[in-house]
Amino acid sequence: MQDTLQQRGPDSADPVITARNVSVTYDLEHRDAMVLDDVSIDLRRGEILGVVGESGSGKSMLANAMMDAVEEPGITTGEVTYHPEDGDPVDVLDLSHDELNEFRWEEVSMVFQGALSSFNPTMDIRGHFEETLEAHDYDVDEGMERARQLLSDLYLNPDRVLDSYAHELSGGMSQRALIALSLILEPQVLLMDEPTAALDLLMQRSILSLLADIKEKYDLTILFITHDLPLVAGLADRLAILYAFELAEVGTAEQIAHNSKHPYTRALLQAVPNLDAPTESMRPIEGTAPNPAHVPDGCHYAPRCPLATKECHNESPPWVDVEEDHRSACFHYDEADEAVPFDLEEVSDA
Amino acid sequence: MSDRATPAANSWDDEDDDIVMSLEDVSVHFEKEQGIVESMFDEPETVQAVSDVSIDIPENDVLALVGESGCGKTTLGKTIIGVQRPTEGTVSYRGQDVWDARDGRGDVQIEHDDIRKALQMIHQDPGAALNPNRKVLTTLEAPLKKWDPDMSTEDRRARIFALLDRVGMEPPEDYAHRFPHQLSGGEQQRIALVRALLMNPDVILADEAVSALDVSLRVETMDLLLELQEQFNTSFVFISHNLSNARYLAKEAGGRIGIMYLGEIVEIGPPEEVLNDPQHPYSKVLRWATADLDPTAQKMTDPPVRSIDIPDPVNPPSGCRFHTRCPEAREVCKTESPELGEDAASPGGGRCAACFRTDPDHEYWDSEPLDGVDDAESPVLED
Repeated sequence: MQDTLQQRGPDSADPVITARNVSVTYDLEHRDAMVLDDVSIDLRRGEILGVVGESGSGKSMLANAMMDAVEEPGITTGEVTYHPEDGDPVDVLDLSHDELNEFRWEEVSMVFQGALSSFNPTMDIRGHFEETLEAHDYDVDEGMERARQLLSDLYLNPDRVLDSYAHELSGGMSQRALIALSLILEPQVLLMDEPTAALDLLMQRSILSLLADIKEKYDLTILFITHDLPLVAGLADRLAILYAFELAEVGTAEQIAHNSKHPYTRALLQAVPNLDAPTESMRPIEGTAPNPAHVPDGCHYAPRCPLATKECHNESPPWVDVEEDHRSACFHYDEADEAVPFDLEEVSDA
Repeated sequence: MSDRATPAANSWDDEDDDIVMSLEDVSVHFEKEQGIVESMFDEPETVQAVSDVSIDIPENDVLALVGESGCGKTTLGKTIIGVQRPTEGTVSYRGQDVWDARDGRGDVQIEHDDIRKALQMIHQDPGAALNPNRKVLTTLEAPLKKWDPDMSTEDRRARIFALLDRVGMEPPEDYAHRFPHQLSGGEQQRIALVRALLMNPDVILADEAVSALDVSLRVETMDLLLELQEQFNTSFVFISHNLSNARYLAKEAGGRIGIMYLGEIVEIGPPEEVLNDPQHPYSKVLRWATADLDPTAQKMTDPPVRSIDIPDPVNPPSGCRFHTRCPEAREVCKTESPELGEDAASPGGGRCAACFRTDPDHEYWDSEPLDGVDDAESPVLED
């Protein structure tokens, strides 16, 4: 059946951001450390794409590379193209300093984890909104009207929050205020790097459900980076699984959760403590993730993979379209479900 | 209440002696710091971190405490292992009041030093819990040198190596001579665990001990805790904000889950009962907040609370503390506080919830619903 599928690669019909062969390297004394290795992925207009990876898998680098925000001395190579709704595609890695400033915030904006460190502690929240509007030559009165609307969309009391300093708000409130701030210049795309990681479970889920509403209301495209697969599974349309600086599998949330074709994804699904699964079905992943300065040749997962053959250790696996809109980077994708048994149906019904 | 708290129970060979730690009506209050001018005019604000909690920890048991940050779960955990002095109530170790032993009050049956040794803790961030300038071996030798100064170097090392080997760090000689930064997060946490185990403790407080670890390491680390529990007969008080982790550990060990809200335990019992059939509305809310792996089963519904922000613990709401957010709150909840019941403290007490809704004859059912209660959605729960 797989043979009949056209090998389409990462292309999709209406992308907002296309990343092609994007790598980020750090030049170390003896050898280069590759923290993002040849990643190609589309962010499609109007979708929520969840990027899932363990810590140190390069998931933040992917978001940073998408807005050319990798810090020195990191070197970003490859192509990142932004496709505005109307107008010509923009080569993001080629933008000048001023163009980048405009591109960030007005077209693509980013929310980091830990809102407290994103806000200036000596300026009230109103100041942040006004400063951002002024710096981008927006009408402040009109902008503040939008700010109040955004804050109340996020279940915040605008008057109270605007007059507060970041430290006077709880973690969940300041994180929501930060999301409102990131949307003040009406960007098309929101990149979110673990935006809920430091928060309580209840606040995480509440923010996620607010995000789903806000995305509809403001016509956003969201890239949501997290280490927490179950958290994003219900929110995201598609999921991209990163392992050790390279993409392992990309597919819709259903395909990944129900029918993953990559041994790492399956092992990850198995390893996640889950409320519904019988506790016996949870198994840890053997071994540890590689260091960026010593990534294995061939498939990065090969040293931990139960399916690894000689081929896996020597060559990088090609992308295979395993079904419509679902691709896996594995030589043995068709054996993955047998080697790493994981049946969500069984697990959920138990 | 049972006789375990009366002075008569303060003896070694009491029939209840498999209860290691016993807390009775414990409250912990913190006073907020004041400026000098403020302190002349105002009473200091007090935060009620823990209010009126009674709980028993038997040998070889797991108690998982779950709640939002600021609910007092860490303070309660520290009180259980005798690190935090309670403002009210008593904490006893095998019948001996811990703080009487500490202060040398009354007839001390068990020395405070022995109690201290028997109650250990592992912290959330293993990187911060280990001295970065010391080798693993030096870190691990320190407690043995302090408590057993006569032990020979060979014996000490043999003991440390055996334990390192036991937690899967092979070869132990190699790991013992590393610095903490040369270990992964999971390995650092295992060192912290070995340090606690060297004292042969009765109870270990694991405060968010797996939260900082990678997803793929969490199950592994919890499995290790369970294995060690069986082997060393240690009880764990496991603090987590994550229901899935708490369930895993409590279920595998046959222990209990306690749900905390603003300093109170609102529901406690075996994990399957508390999680599959929560009685307290707050437990239901936490259940809603825990993501399901299956995207199709997981709908993005609005939060089933009337306010998503937690109230200020300085002025906790009157009556039932959850009534300001509770989707089921009625007038009576504003004035009267529901009790958890007397059975809740003991491990055999089954499931208990502090909510009027568990009592079909309570006046709650004739009381007027509060504003917004009708509008709030009920949590979506698939059984």
